[in-house]
Amino acid sequence: MTSGTWPLWEVFVRAKRGLSHVHAGSLHAPDREMALRNARDLYTRRQEGVSIWVVASEDITASSPDERDSFFDPAADKVYRHPTFYDVPEDVEYL
Amino acid sequence: MYGNDFGQPGATDSRAGAPPHPLNAAETPDYTDALAEYFDGLIEQDQRVEPRDAMPEAYRTTLIRQMAQHAHSEIIGMQPEANWITRAPSLRRKAILMAKVQDEAGHGLYLYSAAETLGVDRSELLDKLHSGRQKYSSIFNYPTLTWADAGAIGWLVDGAAIMNQVPLCRCSYGPYARAMIRVCKEESFHQRQGFEILWVLARGTKEQKAMAQDAANRWWWPALQMFGPPDTGEHASTGHTAQSMAWGIKRFSNDDLRQKFVDMTVPQAQKLGITLPDPDLAWNEERGHWDFGAIDWDEFWRVLKGDGPCNEQRIRTRVEAHDEGAWVREAADAYAAKQAARHEQGAVA
Ligand SMILES: [Fe+2]
Ligand SMILES: [Fe+2]
Repeated sequence: MTSGTWPLWEVFVRAKRGLSHVHAGSLHAPDREMALRNARDLYTRRQEGVSIWVVASEDITASSPDERDSFFDPAADKVYRHPTFYDVPEDVEYL
Repeated sequence: MYGNDFGQPGATDSRAGAPPHPLNAAETPDYTDALAEYFDGLIEQDQRVEPRDAMPEAYRTTLIRQMAQHAHSEIIGMQPEANWITRAPSLRRKAILMAKVQDEAGHGLYLYSAAETLGVDRSELLDKLHSGRQKYSSIFNYPTLTWADAGAIGWLVDGAAIMNQVPLCRCSYGPYARAMIRVCKEESFHQRQGFEILWVLARGTKEQKAMAQDAANRWWWPALQMFGPPDTGEHASTGHTAQSMAWGIKRFSNDDLRQKFVDMTVPQAQKLGITLPDPDLAWNEERGHWDFGAIDWDEFWRVLKGDGPCNEQRIRTRVEAHDEGAWVREAADAYAAKQAARHEQGAVA
């Protein structure tokens, strides 16, 4: 096996406590442990993170761009999910 | 080339076979009118194109070529400076230079990672570099003869790279733009440490001053060539610029970026007390820019095509590093296999 066939891992970094992990990029590694170590060297050389996740790229299920309309459209006509939809008197506080 | 894309006469670069991949393959085979309209809309609204969006095949190949050549430039660019790590004049300088060279390796990996979102494999891009089918910035085909060259590279080469790379942070292709943001954050230390090296030498002994001047003399013109061929005239690029600008990959023309770089660098050279090796360098009141002399484009194409002082050495060193590093990859595989076996045993027990 060569690095060409090592699986791809997606790297997520938590920049500091209180924040979510955010996708930083990807890398190749033979297994998850080495992926984690490589991720530390590649994506946190300047203390950019306090926690790292690595996820095998092939384990991620993503929505398809082909169905972006039909997939997200159901939310488009439900404006009543937003607070601005409602008519209330302007002089009511804390609303 | 270093964040730039221009055609080289006779260059070959075909679309890499794209294995379908759930996250990263660009799904472009059925590029219908409706999809074209969607893509054009994204570009028009200055939105980002993301990996699985439908995109014109030429957009995809242009990006793969540009990102690959950019990545190659980062990792080949490690060599001229690595040449001075063991001979850095102090432990401080040695630690700094190692960190910088390590950053360049990181930049290469960010870029290969971004290129892979378009469905190519990194190993395939490396093969193309090793076999000379893809290029890297011609700047790295010049030798680092003295310690001052480490300074001149940081100041001029990283300085020019920053000028090229900052607009790429707004590149229309999302993964490339995001990689560039990361890279640009790291580059400013590179440029400053280079300037500092020259700043110290320029205030040193007569010999040290001469060393700084000599390095600037040798790196100035190749640094100007880093922006690529002129936009017009007999040496003009073979024409990726207009299309790349229309696609929002490129934001400024080669000549505009070059002019910005000259305007930025001349006052810095004055501060250093270094004379830039161009008798035609003069402030142009009317234009509000520095005028500069003619660039030797014949030399540029010659070096790019392989006939520079270090082309052969750079590729040979790169291929040797890859081949002689095979045992590291094999050891990693063996370790992974051992861990997996242990894990399995533990699960059974
Ligand atoms: Fe870099
Ligand atoms: Fe750099």
